[in-house]
Amino acid sequence: MNITVNGSNKVFQGISSVTDLLKTLQLPSETVVVELNTIIIQPDSYNSAKLVEGDQVEIIRFVGGG
Amino acid sequence: MILVNEQSIPFYNGLTMTDLAAAHAPAADIFILNGFPVQANTRINDGDSCSLIQKGVIPTPDEIDALLTARHTPGIQKKIRASTIAILGLGGLGSAVAGAMAKIGIGKMLLSDYDVVEPSNLNRQHYFVDQIGLLKTHALQQNLLRMNPSVSLKLIDEKLTESRLAQLFGKVDILIECFDDPGMKAATLRSILTEMKQVSYVGSSGMAGFGDNNTVLTKKLYPGIYLVGDEISEARPGMGLMAPRVGIAAHHMANQALRILLGDVQGR
Repeated sequence: MNITVNGSNKVFQGISSVTDLLKTLQLPSETVVVELNTIIIQPDSYNSAKLVEGDQVEIIRFVGGG
Repeated sequence: MILVNEQSIPFYNGLTMTDLAAAHAPAADIFILNGFPVQANTRINDGDSCSLIQKGVIPTPDEIDALLTARHTPGIQKKIRASTIAILGLGGLGSAVAGAMAKIGIGKMLLSDYDVVEPSNLNRQHYFVDQIGLLKTHALQQNLLRMNPSVSLKLIDEKLTESRLAQLFGKVDILIECFDDPGMKAATLRSILTEMKQVSYVGSSGMAGFGDNNTVLTKKLYPGIYLVGDEISEARPGMGLMAPRVGIAAHHMANQALRILLGDVQGR
């Protein structure tokens, strides 16, 4: 499945939700903000937010320290 | 009539700063006319606002404001003074951002942190050894009011959660996210994007260690929403937070907030 992540087109195998995508990218889900096709997804919807061919995903990842 | 150190005084033709100083402040050696520093022999016009200040003497809050106006120019200082910002997290970033914004005469700051000053904070955070054990909000209030007694502060001592953010900070001009915890950093941006659609945002990610200065960047995420840091230097054992690089990031954040307030970059 082709998905555009942060502006880059990428091919993913065997993923169907935002949770799957974050796992594949090895991003801790509590440290990111996810926008799927311009809609901000709440963390409690990462499982139910399904990905389909051609989706545009923006992921803003935070690292600790301040 | 004219204003001299905030008092109304009758005007007459030919009046100069020297005349005013002789009558109202003989020791004055700084002369400010309508927000701009001028020479002693400068002529005054009816309706002018004048400040007469003596170097080396602690100025009143009104005099501090006149000095800031003179240094920053009246139009700019008016905007800074009319602004309200929130600083979330008062560690190495937040304490430095707050100091910068107090010094330029920001109108009001909401300062939020639930923790106390600890010895391990002092390698980077703007507190003093004798403040160990104080709530950071209270310690920072003491320090900021010594920098600028005119700044208005609201202290928020609670441990924040995502659902509280919009209630507490939904009406500020700019929210400056200085948390340590990456989960709260993400929660804050999410709240800004979904609940606080009028609030401009400056957030932070990646400023630990002593890596390259110039990888700390200010990046526009969305209109009025900016992220500061190198986005990778996570605080962890072996790469701690240190005053110099945290200070670089903090002052990126403070300057970006100022640029938003002054309309130099897009706010929301």
